[in-house]
Amino acid sequence: MQVLISGIVIGTVYAALALGFSLIWGAARIINLAYTSFYMLAAYFFYVSCSLLGLNILLAAPLSILIATFIGVATYKFCLERIRAHEVVVILISIALAFFFEECVLSIFGYHFHRVPPFIHGYRELFGVRVLNQYFLAFGFCIALIFGLWLFLSKSRIGIAIRATSQDKEVVNLMGISEKRVSIIAMFIGIGFVTISSVVVSPIYVVEPSMWMHPIIMILAIVVLGGLGSLKGSFIAAYILAFSEVAVVNWLPMGAFIKSTVALLVMVLVLSIRPEGLFGVAFEEERL
Amino acid sequence: MTKKIIIGFLSMCLLVLGASWGTAEAKKAGVKAIKIGVAGPMKTTAGENHWRGALIAQDEINKAGGVLVGGVKVPIELVKVDTNEELSVSDAVLAIEKAARKVHFFVGTKRTESALAMQDVAMKYKKIFIGCGAAHPELCIRVAKNYDKFKYWFRAMINSSFMGKVLFLHLADVAKIVREELGIEKLKVAVLADKLKWADPIVKAVENNAPKMGLEVVGAWRPSANASDVTAELAAIKDSGAHIIFQAVSGPMGVALGKQWGELEIPAALIGGSSYAIVKTFWEATGGRGIYVTTQTGLGPAKISEKSIPFWETFVKRFDDYPGYTAVTYDAVYILKEAIERAGTLDPDALVPELEKTDYTGAYGRMVFYPPDHKFAHDLRFGPGYNTWVINQWREGGTVRVVWPYGWEGVTYEGSDKCKLPPWMVEYWKKK
Repeated sequence: MQVLISGIVIGTVYAALALGFSLIWGAARIINLAYTSFYMLAAYFFYVSCSLLGLNILLAAPLSILIATFIGVATYKFCLERIRAHEVVVILISIALAFFFEECVLSIFGYHFHRVPPFIHGYRELFGVRVLNQYFLAFGFCIALIFGLWLFLSKSRIGIAIRATSQDKEVVNLMGISEKRVSIIAMFIGIGFVTISSVVVSPIYVVEPSMWMHPIIMILAIVVLGGLGSLKGSFIAAYILAFSEVAVVNWLPMGAFIKSTVALLVMVLVLSIRPEGLFGVAFEEERL
Repeated sequence: MTKKIIIGFLSMCLLVLGASWGTAEAKKAGVKAIKIGVAGPMKTTAGENHWRGALIAQDEINKAGGVLVGGVKVPIELVKVDTNEELSVSDAVLAIEKAARKVHFFVGTKRTESALAMQDVAMKYKKIFIGCGAAHPELCIRVAKNYDKFKYWFRAMINSSFMGKVLFLHLADVAKIVREELGIEKLKVAVLADKLKWADPIVKAVENNAPKMGLEVVGAWRPSANASDVTAELAAIKDSGAHIIFQAVSGPMGVALGKQWGELEIPAALIGGSSYAIVKTFWEATGGRGIYVTTQTGLGPAKISEKSIPFWETFVKRFDDYPGYTAVTYDAVYILKEAIERAGTLDPDALVPELEKTDYTGAYGRMVFYPPDHKFAHDLRFGPGYNTWVINQWREGGTVRVVWPYGWEGVTYEGSDKCKLPPWMVEYWKKK
């Protein structure tokens, strides 16, 4: 029961983070390794506005999301957009940007640990397992984000344009849709996913400069396992890896430090059998 | 009259000669200032403490005129050496290599994995290095095994093998309190230690010795030192029915652990050692949820020696924080000062025997090094009457109290208190 509950909760948070990343890949065709930097930045903005400036948590949260998302989109616009055709260069630049943001935070705040207040205090016991109320909130938020994304991509005109772009950029351009504009919108939504997740998740963790690293490793593992660009694949892979992590902690306590390694090993195993990932496509086909 | 003039002239000459002789000695030593490299991860709490402890010592010594070298008082000049050793061994090595040409001595270092590499570099340059943070016994075992090469290394804090002993004695105390207050005879202990070299002997010691005390070890969880979420570990520990969580944590994971343990009200006393739980930022980062966490450190607000409380108060007043164990650089600088004054030179080969004779009572207690023929050569002597270290417990309002030693071998420092169990733990087990 412990594995089940923790797996579901952590898996949902991973899924929300990975879906944003997947969406960016699908529409803009970039592997943005600075993606979780905005997760870290949002947490710091939340800390500054809430704990240092004393803003109300309900005002501080959207403000932090907006600022971090804006920086994320601006980073794409000014640093990555022009070079996005060169995938390797994008990877290198984005990892450099991630370290740049970490160094900035490190210079301002030092390697200290900070706390942001939770939206809901306390915990609840579910089948004997204690889960923080904030975790339930994060779970709810992430479910809402995932459902919202599904609805947006299926029903709205922009959503359909994003899906079309992820399938064939050239045809989309021929159809009169601005592929550049679609990419920006996808970037905005994708970064928005990670910053919203950060604001609801950071009260559970500790805010510190390297908090972006573990999530990006897990996200990469999830999107590769699920099939690059496949939202459905990312969703399922997130739960597989979360369950792997929680299972290691519960059944192999001495190996708790390798929980992420085991999760990555699961990814390697699946990829060795199915190189395109669980729901990946070998050719440009339907991705959703 | 002429006689008086001659005597006066001769006296003047003697004075001038005396002064120039002293200056010549100091010049012979080649020093305008004694440069001490404070090596540590300066962006972290540990590094900050390294620096702050040494800074207070520097200011006090310089205010009193400096260090007497060959008859001349020479001021101390600290040089900040940011090793970034928590994240990168190569950064640490480079920092020491670069600083070794500029400084006379080193104090500091925190992470054993990096300290081993830094030790090699410092020894290459024959730089006396007083360790004030890295705890693995290997650093001093090396001195015993290869004295000629490693004799310049000393450590102003107890090694992790003694830390394990302290933690273990504290575990026995807490187990006794749990038995008395909750009436539970068969106690279960969960070990939670970060996966780093220094913690290995501690984990082994608990696993081997806890059953001898009638404590069942339900498991040893070894998350990454940098983990930011240990809710899964805590849930598994609660599921195991543990009454005590024995932590041996040196990384940031300790902050997440204290925070999430308090928020989830895990019904087990969280005791042991957590490097980041010794300073005020722990209280702030946990939002006060780290209350009742106990942690091992070198100093607490108790009268370990006559110098302890004054240093504690000076540190708190100056930096608005509690001194951590790495601020033992304060005592390390004084140890260097005394050895230099005894030797009358900065020559490392002349200073080593003087440092070996050290018997200094500092803010952190009595400082005596094990002799070169001991297996822990140049390590700090541990025991009642020597250095004991302390265990502090977080209390209401972010205050701390020393809760160990509390009667161990007749040692109870003035100002210490009995360890308290978290009320939610008492409530949980009384209901069961």
